Amino acid sequence: MSSLQFDTAHLLAGGMLVLSLLLLYQDRILATLNVFALQAITLSLAVAWQAYAQDAMHLIVTAVIALVAKGFIIPAALNRIVHRLGIHREIEQVIGAGPTMLTGLGLVALSILLVMPVNVGANMLAREDLAFALAVILLGLLMMITRRNAVTQIVGFMSLENGLVLAATGAKGMPLVVEISVAFSILIAFAVFGVFVFRIRERFDTVDLSALDRFREGRRHVP
Amino acid sequence: MTPLSTILWTPALAMVLLGFVANYRLGALINILACAITFVAGIAMLSGDRVRSDVFIIDDFNIYLILLTTFIGLTTSIFSATYISHELEIGKLTPAFLRFYHALYQAMMGAMNLALVVNNVGLLWVGVEVATLSTVMMVGIYRTPEAVEAAWKYFILGSVGIALAFFGTILIYLVAQPVVGEGLPAMAWDTLLKNSAAFDGKLLSLAFVFLLVGYGTKVGLAPFHAWLPDAHAEGPTPISAVLSGLLLNVALYALLRFKILLAGNPYTLNVGMIMISLGLISLIFAAFMLYRRRDIKRLFAYSSIEHMGIMTFAFGMGGPLANFSGLLHMTMHSLIKSAIFFAVGHIAQVKGTQRIAQIRGLSVTHPALAVGLALGVIAIAGMPPFGMFLSEFMLVSTSFARQPLLALALVFGLVLAFGALVLRLQNVLFGEPTGPRGGVKASYVPLFIHLAIVLGAGLWLPEPVVRWFRVVAAQLG
Repeated sequence: MSSLQFDTAHLLAGGMLVLSLLLLYQDRILATLNVFALQAITLSLAVAWQAYAQDAMHLIVTAVIALVAKGFIIPAALNRIVHRLGIHREIEQVIGAGPTMLTGLGLVALSILLVMPVNVGANMLAREDLAFALAVILLGLLMMITRRNAVTQIVGFMSLENGLVLAATGAKGMPLVVEISVAFSILIAFAVFGVFVFRIRERFDTVDLSALDRFREGRRHVP
Repeated sequence: MTPLSTILWTPALAMVLLGFVANYRLGALINILACAITFVAGIAMLSGDRVRSDVFIIDDFNIYLILLTTFIGLTTSIFSATYISHELEIGKLTPAFLRFYHALYQAMMGAMNLALVVNNVGLLWVGVEVATLSTVMMVGIYRTPEAVEAAWKYFILGSVGIALAFFGTILIYLVAQPVVGEGLPAMAWDTLLKNSAAFDGKLLSLAFVFLLVGYGTKVGLAPFHAWLPDAHAEGPTPISAVLSGLLLNVALYALLRFKILLAGNPYTLNVGMIMISLGLISLIFAAFMLYRRRDIKRLFAYSSIEHMGIMTFAFGMGGPLANFSGLLHMTMHSLIKSAIFFAVGHIAQVKGTQRIAQIRGLSVTHPALAVGLALGVIAIAGMPPFGMFLSEFMLVSTSFARQPLLALALVFGLVLAFGALVLRLQNVLFGEPTGPRGGVKASYVPLFIHLAIVLGAGLWLPEPVVRWFRVVAAQLG
């Protein structure tokens, strides 16, 4: 593998990781959507580069899906939903930006420590990509945990999924990658559709006590 | 058509067909018919040849689960027909939604069959994912705020689980690729098993951790279980029955396939210990939670977490006896829990509520349902002469012989759960009667067939079945 191939792949994967960290501290929904779209575009570039480097042209399909669906259509759809629901200002963070960023840094360190010592044969690129991908996945999870709002939660999930696609395309010759990336896009489309139809504003989890009471045992809801 | 293609194509075709059938009676009939054909094909697979290709694998382990899945799919479709017609009468569901419901039911059955028969770890993941997604939509089908909340929670937690399981699958591919080579063979389970000794132990262990958290979310193991009670309580009861009876099993099946893989490699971490801990945590946590439930479906959902914990514990212990008891427990739990949900579904319909405090004196108002529920509860609590007593007794005795301290924790959890069930359900069965009497249109046949099988298994396990379970238990290692 030439060093140009390696460096470019490294740069693109690293770019995704930086954008993941950027996503963590956005405090407005529209800004979050923009950063996410940028990450999806970076992903499509990274996948396209892998398609070229591995000489696996079917991966171009995955790159195009990432670019069109996640780079443009879904952010635009979410943008509309945000305006319809009138929530473009409010973002509730369970944890403040500082601690979130520190946790995020910890997760990045963790994924590098986990993946770097393992032996993936001669395939250096796969290992580096894997470390980045795992970091993007964990940061996506962190984002889902620290946000209350359903739209930002979907963004967190999509960012997590970007990490998965990065990992899957980095694994040389892995079968079913294209099919699975299509399946994921459908999954996300359902989620967006669900938010739109049912006008879900908040996520429901065990942290939010008022939702818990209303929901779990049918007590009167105290707003 | 071979039996194998039948169990995959019948649900697929029925799903498309049901999407166009507007008449709900016809839809329910087609649903039952498709399930019956699938079940017959499942029986035919017993004598058919054992397929082993890059895509499909049929061995003793999955053939037993296919039989169980198709059987409960059939009985639940019969129960569903009467249940749904009542929901239509009271206007909780509209015919348009029923079309959707029946199509999704078949989608879920087909996806579970796919997950069970595939040899490819990527396709296994696809099967579990599709089955999950179709149940998500069915959980939200009543469209009440609670149902939408439950579906959303299930969707988000399920998707995260799915995503982590997929990352684990990628890692499995990466670990196999240097040894097996690129492409499909590096995802074929039996090729992986043959070569697993040559894999990198560290990466394989890392892969398993992700698979455990991912599929473990779908199994409903304790720290990742939050979706399960809501999904059971707010969806239509037939869906609760197949969720508890089947989908949790399929996820556990996926996990066990990977456990077998890891057992072939000497450098991996001790998977058994992790599974034992997760199992015990689920068991004891769920047993405590049983005491505070006020919703009857939620109560039995927690009981499912408890029993999935027991199974995970048993498979984590490993060895012929513990694996045998795990397999038997899996079968018994599927049959009993779906039977209980059949009873609970009708009970909630006749009483018009799911709240335990408002369901009282069932033995006076609806004796047949009360008998069904009481037998189901006795069976699920692990009392003789039902089959679950056998599996729990075996598990407890083998754990006492090997790990007395763990056995104490296990017994503690079992007794705790038993107490909770008895306490909660006494009033339901024997309290001051409330609500209308009689006038119930229920399908008792599936309910009592399940209970009869469980009773039969407790009294006498036929020799071929014992031999079969032994073979599978040996395969599980």
